[in-house]
Amino acid sequence: MSEFIIKNGHVFDPVQGIKGDKKDIAVKDGKIIDKVGSGAKVIDAKDKTVMAGALEVHAHVAGPKVNAGRWYRPEDKHFDSHKKPGITRIEGGKSIPTVFKTGYEYARLGFTFAMEAAMPPLYARHVHEEIHDTPIIDEAALPVFGNNWFILEYLKNHEVENTAAYIAWILRQTKGYGVKCVNPGGTEAWAWGLNCLTIHDPVPYFEITPAEIIKGLIEANEYLGLPHSMHLHQNDLGNPGNYKTTIDSLRLAEGIKATNNFGREQVLHSTHLQFHSYKGTNWGDFESGAKEVMDYVNKQKNLTIDTGNVTLDETTTMTADGPFEHHLHGLNHLKWFNVDVELETAAGIVPFIYDPNNAVFASQWAVGLEIALYAKDPMRCFITTDHPNAGPFTRYPRVYSWLMSKKCRDERLHSFKKADKVISATNLATLDREITLYELAQMTRAGPAKCLGLSKDYGGLAAGMNADIAIYNINPDKFPSDGPEIEKAFANVAYLFKDGKICVEGGKVVDMGHKQTFWVDAKVNENKQVMHDIREKFLRYYSVNENNYPVPESYAPHQHIIGVDATKA
Amino acid sequence: MPKEVTDVICPFCGTLCDDLIVTVSDDNKTILGVKNACAIGAEKFNHQRQPGRVKRPRMRQADGSYKEITYDEAIDWTANMLVKSRKTLMYGWASTSCQAMSIGHEIAEKVGGIVDNCATVCHGSSLIAIEDVGVPSCTLGEIKNRADRVVFWGCNPAHAHPRHMSRYSIFPRGFFTVKGHKGRKIYCVDCRYTDTAKCADEFIQVQQGFDYELLNAFRTAARGEALPDTVGGVPKEKIYEIVEDLKTARFGIIFFGMGLTHTMGRNHNIDIAINLTRDMNDHTKFAIMAMRGHWNVTGSGQVLGWQYGFPYAVDLSRRDQARHQTGETTSVDLLNRSEVEACFYIATDPGAHFPVDAMISSSRKPTVTIDPHINCTTEISDIHIPVALVGVEVGGCAYRMDNVPIETRKVVDPPEGVLTDEELLTRINHRVDELMAKGGQ
Ligand code: SF4
Ligand SMILES: [Zn+2]
Ligand SMILES: [Zn+2]
Repeated sequence: MSEFIIKNGHVFDPVQGIKGDKKDIAVKDGKIIDKVGSGAKVIDAKDKTVMAGALEVHAHVAGPKVNAGRWYRPEDKHFDSHKKPGITRIEGGKSIPTVFKTGYEYARLGFTFAMEAAMPPLYARHVHEEIHDTPIIDEAALPVFGNNWFILEYLKNHEVENTAAYIAWILRQTKGYGVKCVNPGGTEAWAWGLNCLTIHDPVPYFEITPAEIIKGLIEANEYLGLPHSMHLHQNDLGNPGNYKTTIDSLRLAEGIKATNNFGREQVLHSTHLQFHSYKGTNWGDFESGAKEVMDYVNKQKNLTIDTGNVTLDETTTMTADGPFEHHLHGLNHLKWFNVDVELETAAGIVPFIYDPNNAVFASQWAVGLEIALYAKDPMRCFITTDHPNAGPFTRYPRVYSWLMSKKCRDERLHSFKKADKVISATNLATLDREITLYELAQMTRAGPAKCLGLSKDYGGLAAGMNADIAIYNINPDKFPSDGPEIEKAFANVAYLFKDGKICVEGGKVVDMGHKQTFWVDAKVNENKQVMHDIREKFLRYYSVNENNYPVPESYAPHQHIIGVDATKA
Repeated sequence: MPKEVTDVICPFCGTLCDDLIVTVSDDNKTILGVKNACAIGAEKFNHQRQPGRVKRPRMRQADGSYKEITYDEAIDWTANMLVKSRKTLMYGWASTSCQAMSIGHEIAEKVGGIVDNCATVCHGSSLIAIEDVGVPSCTLGEIKNRADRVVFWGCNPAHAHPRHMSRYSIFPRGFFTVKGHKGRKIYCVDCRYTDTAKCADEFIQVQQGFDYELLNAFRTAARGEALPDTVGGVPKEKIYEIVEDLKTARFGIIFFGMGLTHTMGRNHNIDIAINLTRDMNDHTKFAIMAMRGHWNVTGSGQVLGWQYGFPYAVDLSRRDQARHQTGETTSVDLLNRSEVEACFYIATDPGAHFPVDAMISSSRKPTVTIDPHINCTTEISDIHIPVALVGVEVGGCAYRMDNVPIETRKVVDPPEGVLTDEELLTRINHRVDELMAKGGQ
């Protein structure tokens, strides 16, 4: 493999504490090393910014609901859908890009890893077929557990060990990465057209509460010592006044310590917090609750969060929070897609237009930015758009421009039709903080890598780490003051290295790299009870046979398996 | 010693039963018996050992007879046809695997093909309706475990999906449906008294062509508005009674088929059926599902979806953009207007399903058909390339009618020397590359 030396760039690397100093980065055999020989190819990074490849901690990029969103929205292909120069395939879709476009666009933005945030186990084969077809970036997927019948039954009796054994079994069957929990209990209730809006609402029939599910899944996750923590989409998403339920849910993690060999410190990752940080009692008196929520998060070292920034676009909402999508459809009356998945989960989809002229949407935009700006520890707060829910991931450069330039976000804020209302309902106008390039590297590289348990190889530029490197046309000494300029610089990397290979050059895709699928193989002691329950449920309630449930090896030909031993837990 | 292969997936209809047991001869060459399959499913396995199966590609001669040629010759001819034609209809895909489709799409993107599947003549109208209004649905196991009201509208699973009723929709006992059939109320709406109607608790005979009106009346009744005395031949009292009963369901489901997609109104029928389902969700939980017929037609829609963003009729002839427009990029319309320069058929039999005029137009174009067996289409093709039977002689992924993917199983070896779809398409793809590198385009 070829050797490279990236010379004279301004390096931002939280792993080594490098804050824009000029430093050469040497690359060999897919890894970053201390020194290369004189024959190494020189990449001139003078007046450029050098960071590790970025990691997407939460996005909906592969699987049944993403694909339903694609094909039932032909109109989404009216925008920006064509083949670009380079060795690429046809690219299609704006809010829900095709798999090819997804891989290329992440790479052009400087990303090298993406986590698919919600995999229904029964549909795991579909998720992996799409991951397989997504070029360049490494990916993993989180199976959903928060409404799974096994989990509800085990946790009703607080059987953490059985829960853990079942999780380990599912991770192996689905080639899954960790434990996702969406609207715990509420989605099972939705199978009867109901919901759980607080963490104490009982789940119909199963006689368990969301609080018990959340706490039990955190405990099972730590019992197994998985690389990532429990990853939670809370109850009561998107409703005024929900910040109380949000803080109630986060409190459940109090006193629990992370147990793992991956350097992960949090026990709970709370996703798209923007959607969960609302005060008020209705959309009329709606206010930002970002401060209250972030005050709590800032104090609790065992929590991480991501933002879920609204980008003010036309997009496609999709979530395993089935009742929420039904509710949303009742508000905007756009086409509603729903799938309930036997024994496991559900999903809903509704197109959505975040019209900046609407005070509520403009306020949601402000809440998302507040979450990031209130974060005291950028290593625990990651930037997302909950793609495509709050906006497409391709808008990250614009989100960065709002976070990095007060001028830029104030211009946007004051140009809203209902600016006065938005300013009074939120605190954004009072916030002067501007996220620095170093903080950005924490929020998009080192932070998410640590949160996902991947900090050994990802998120930094120290010797021995993966040579996943993004080089931007940004001179930190002359950082652009103008929003569109910031946006442009982040939208197209000068270079993207993936595993030591140049995959994007001057914004053009030149190599498909060697994409890997990550999953976690957790060893547990033989558990006759759980195996018996699995057998029984497949015989009686599933519509597929147990032997046809696993994801075959051939679906992930380049797999990277992370082993975990929980036999002595 | 013959051996048994268990958990075999049936390769025939969209029900995708995955509990078949197939007995195979010691040498892995012959299927000796099939358990659990319905008659039409078993037939598919029995095909495997039919005498006289074509094992090598055949090329039509000037006198209309067929001459055996090698795979290499057939591949070369096909690649040349694809490269020369500026617009090729690449239709079918319903009986092959998703893995094979992927390779086919790669070829189509290079040569400017139009990829279309059987939805174009069956549930295309359902897909149009879903593109317009969405769809609330569920997996088949949800029906088994929860449904207490089941409506079959314009579909006849007793014939088209024989095990559907016993596995999912009428008879099974599930978690919340311990009484099985006794706990479910089954409605059948059709213009004829079908064998499915015989299994229903209530048969509602709708006057032919009045499905839209009747669905509209259901919506009206659900809102408590006034109805005329009869709608589509059904008395209004009956309509109110049924709607009230559906509202008291804990979990209801509507299954629909060709009787709704291919009668007057077409996509509008599906549109209003979906809207009725949506309305019912204001009262209880309700879902609706298309009875997708042709085995993996659903999978074709999925793969096209994630690669191009459309479920069928995907025009790649511009090479830098994918387009999808019913009436414009749909197979029958393309053939009727004679807009394509060549035809490439795989894993289905348009000769048996397309309107005659479309097939006459097709027969005038250079045509290659890839199919395990001789069928109506192979007989109007310049070349017929036989392949292994997917789901019998080679595995591969297929999607069930509720979009659940299942990796199918190989149970016997294909006949000596016969290629699989994936192998064949990979070789065509390479040959296309070679020809294009030489400036064939
Ligand atoms: S119902 Fe369909 S899938 Fe099941 S055995 Fe019969 S033909 Fe095969
Ligand atoms: Zn979510
Ligand atoms: Zn999400």
